[in-house]
Amino acid sequence: MLEVTDLHAYYGKSHILQGVTFNVAEGEIVSLLGRNGVGRSTSVKAIMGEVAPAGSVKFKGQEISGKKSFEIANLGLGYVPENREIFPTLTVRQNLELGIKNGQTSSRWEIDELFDMFPNLAERADVHGGVLSGGEQQMLCMCRTLMGDPDMIMIDEPTEGLAPKVVEQVGNLLQEIAKRGVAILLVEQKLTIAMNISKRVYVMGHGQVVWEGTPAGLLKADDIRAEWLEV
Amino acid sequence: MIEVFIFATLNGLVTGLLLFMLASGLTLIFSMMGVLNFAHASFYMLGAYFAYSISLQFGYWTGLIFAPLIVGVLGAVIERYGLRKVHQSGHVAELVFTFGLAFLIEEAVQFFWGPDTKGYQTPELLNFPLFTLFGQEFSAYRGFMIAISISIFMGLYYVLTRSRIGIIIQAAITHPNTVANLGHNVPMIFMCVFGVGTALAGLAGVIAGPVLTTFPGMAAVLGSIVFVIVVIGGLGSLAGAFIASLLIGLLQSYAIASDLGMPDLLNLLGVEFERSHPLHDLWTITLPQIAPVLPFLLLVLVLIFRPTGLMGKREQ
Repeated sequence: MLEVTDLHAYYGKSHILQGVTFNVAEGEIVSLLGRNGVGRSTSVKAIMGEVAPAGSVKFKGQEISGKKSFEIANLGLGYVPENREIFPTLTVRQNLELGIKNGQTSSRWEIDELFDMFPNLAERADVHGGVLSGGEQQMLCMCRTLMGDPDMIMIDEPTEGLAPKVVEQVGNLLQEIAKRGVAILLVEQKLTIAMNISKRVYVMGHGQVVWEGTPAGLLKADDIRAEWLEV
Repeated sequence: MIEVFIFATLNGLVTGLLLFMLASGLTLIFSMMGVLNFAHASFYMLGAYFAYSISLQFGYWTGLIFAPLIVGVLGAVIERYGLRKVHQSGHVAELVFTFGLAFLIEEAVQFFWGPDTKGYQTPELLNFPLFTLFGQEFSAYRGFMIAISISIFMGLYYVLTRSRIGIIIQAAITHPNTVANLGHNVPMIFMCVFGVGTALAGLAGVIAGPVLTTFPGMAAVLGSIVFVIVVIGGLGSLAGAFIASLLIGLLQSYAIASDLGMPDLLNLLGVEFERSHPLHDLWTITLPQIAPVLPFLLLVLVLIFRPTGLMGKREQ
């Protein structure tokens, strides 16, 4: 579904991504792991066209490198950014409605169904998004992207700064997303959720993929974890 | 006295609402692009001239509909092929671009329509007094100006707060990248907002042209006041622009209608100056005389005591 080959990206003169290569198959959950500053978030931003990419990015067989963000989103690639970026002056319901694409006729997801899954959001449907808690904002942000019915979703640090109970809710939602055939690229620093739900994991270091394998394989690879993941 | 107050209020409303039509477009454009469009009042002037030319052939009402549309399309084209390219070079380049555009439009107006004042007239249909109060007539055309301005304000408010496109615009103002990531064509939205903003300015020109006269300097007359309004209201605040427009419209109208002046104040204080006193002119100045300066005086006061404007927010 997503094939990234020899992806490079720059911030000014800094060479951030130095030939990243990985892929995600249809309906698969894949995690991109690594410490802060290794280029995980830049990778997804480059895929979405937020950072100018060099190299090849193919989504559903189509080259999307160089396309604009809205064109990529309309091809069915969803993105939940690290800082959530809830629209603070819009209500929860309006935030969700904004996720629906123009001309979209059907979806795997309905607002009422998402409200059933997250009663907190339902209760605060007419409240401005800016007053929600961090956990509620994370849920809203993920649900907002789902409203656009993506075939694949890239989620950047969904559990960052959240309480354990909310982390569990995020995990459950990710399982539900996968159950409905949506591929997931999970960008994480912590291993907890990633190791539980991913089919494959990539470890990044110095702007490159330095290891790939299964979660079970990563658990056995003590040297990789020590060198690239543990603080 | 009461009749002076009532008519000053009505005239202040006409001016204030007209100013809001200009200021609303300018505020929307500033909110989205972060640039003050110096050419905004030039689109107002173009609206009046286009409407004048159309009215000569097809009558006032055809001009009322088509002139704002032409100005809106022109504005959208300028955003798409001019401002968007200049945007990549930063805000200074954008300011210089819009500044140059204002000169270009003024020269083009003089080239095509000449330097003289045009005989752009109010429509026959509205050439009657709407009502007579204390022996003074209030023209139907001024009532029409108020009706159009309020309709535009209500329409704009509804579209921005209730419709899907309004919600997308609100979100794109603060989080353009996030809106794009959800599949919305943000550059297209920006272009449409610029087009609508200039069309509103054009509409203001169409309805103001017959009353405030249509001449090549009309953009300069209102242009600076509109900038004063958006700063007093708070840069980027539509509600602030509305309040500031009415405030300035009423302030100027009351000042013009009043017969107060420095002599009244000095008499009250029991001070008198000889006619030969070097500052005699200053002591005899009246409120109607300084009415055009009042908006700028208010601007200075707002900048001193509330630099973010009435409804503006401090930048993070």
